Amino acid sequence: MEALVTVLTIFVLAVFVGFEVISKVPPTLHTPLMSGSNAISGITLVGALLAAGTEHTLLTTILGFSAVVLATINVAGGFLVTHRMLAMFRRK
Amino acid sequence: MNPALINSAYVIASALFIIGLKGLSHPRTAVRGNMLSAIGMLLAIVVTLGARGIVAWGVIVGGLVLGAAVGTVLAVKIQMTAMPELVALFNGLGGAASVLVAGAALLTAVDLGRPPAQMVIATAASGLIGAVTLSGSLVAFAKLWGLVSGNPVLFTGQQVLNGAVLLAALGIGVGISMQPEMTLLYWALVGVSLLFGILIVIPVGGADMPVVITLLNSYSGLAAAATGFVLSNNMLIIAGSLVGASGLILTQIMCKAMNRSLANVLFAGVGAEVTGGPSADEVYAGKIKATSADEIAMMLDGARRVVFVPGYGMAVAQAQHAVRSLANLLEKNGAEVEFGIHPVAGRMPGHMNVLLAEANVDYSRLKDMDDINPSFERTDVVIVIGANDVVNPVARTDPSSPIAGMPILDVDKAQTVVMIKRSLSPGYAGIPNPLFAADNTLMYFSDGRQAVQDIIAAVKEAA
Repeated sequence: MEALVTVLTIFVLAVFVGFEVISKVPPTLHTPLMSGSNAISGITLVGALLAAGTEHTLLTTILGFSAVVLATINVAGGFLVTHRMLAMFRRK
Repeated sequence: MNPALINSAYVIASALFIIGLKGLSHPRTAVRGNMLSAIGMLLAIVVTLGARGIVAWGVIVGGLVLGAAVGTVLAVKIQMTAMPELVALFNGLGGAASVLVAGAALLTAVDLGRPPAQMVIATAASGLIGAVTLSGSLVAFAKLWGLVSGNPVLFTGQQVLNGAVLLAALGIGVGISMQPEMTLLYWALVGVSLLFGILIVIPVGGADMPVVITLLNSYSGLAAAATGFVLSNNMLIIAGSLVGASGLILTQIMCKAMNRSLANVLFAGVGAEVTGGPSADEVYAGKIKATSADEIAMMLDGARRVVFVPGYGMAVAQAQHAVRSLANLLEKNGAEVEFGIHPVAGRMPGHMNVLLAEANVDYSRLKDMDDINPSFERTDVVIVIGANDVVNPVARTDPSSPIAGMPILDVDKAQTVVMIKRSLSPGYAGIPNPLFAADNTLMYFSDGRQAVQDIIAAVKEAA
């Protein structure tokens, strides 16, 4: 029970930090914000690596492998396309 | 690697995500911010590979290489106009990964003995949110890409069906919490949730897509956070809730910019039909003034201040580069040029800004609605290209209109308004726009890009 309260605390605090940080992002950067934050949500990749790498059963390995592929597309594609976009926002 | 060491690295990664997102508060620091986030992600991946129990290196490396290759190709090849589609797709992949990871974790935990209740509940949540994110995003992608019609799909009993499907999903979720050994229930939950995701996106029309994409963006974060609860991994919880909060804020901004509640956007199916209000003939009859490139060039010749107002039509016509050329030309001739951008212009938040940045428009020229609105009174010419509802004055004047109360760009206060449009067809809200018939409005009927190119030619000739 105590462990649950701890993770819930972290969750609630992180949501507040999120609101605080994100509300300062100007509208002109909202599209890169979405693709960039989307790349961050690919953090599930960490769980996918554990599922794919521990060789528990064939089924969990297959699930883990698929999750690694999908999450890596999300992470690599997300950060790259965000970089591509942000590099275009320049002062002339 | 020592678990304490791994967890310390996770704390650093979480901090990098927060600092990285903070960097997005200004275009100057944004590139560095995104890189910091990416470094945080890399750190998280590397230390995870050092965790005890990782043995199947072939599987991992194969998955990473394949995913990175596909992701890189998508990121490099995608056209900026198709960014909403790409983000929708990525949201869906994130959701799918959460579904698979939570499923694998449940199978493993059940094999090792009875898992704790909180882990099982988190697994059910992860499966539900992840699956809704996946199927909802794929429907949004299909609508945006034109694989299926962008019109709202409405039928009688829709809310009842949606409610029943959601109840079924929640019921299965409760079943899993009581009988985690029956792992097939998890996949049943995923199946029903996939169906629910489809059902909640089909009634939403094309121009309401910004709201759907931001909401699914938020869900993809929440799914990752739920997976964090499954694995008792604080970094996943932190990163996931940051993204969840980000998506929610953007959803709020979008709804406010349309003066509609989230429920109205998701369930009302706006754009399907319009009843009441004046007909197009009543509004337009005998009052429409068509213009030509030469006439516009003459007006622009004496203009001291020109504002462009782009909408989704500019993206469709790929006219952003032509618009930039015209803006540069006008500046060279001594005019002050700015761009007025409505929050819901385009198919995702900031869509127009990215297109104009791609066309090399200085970001300091891109003005938000609140910044640009007071300046229309001293603006000589406003050129509206591919926008309609966001400049419709009916939003201010007619409380019974479907866009009543929606904040709009007050372009009608300018000296002259040039509307570049193919025809008098209504915008997404399906209502006529009295701005077209206003005394100070000139209609230029043409394709967006062609029109701007013709104006450029005419301006050059006049000089």
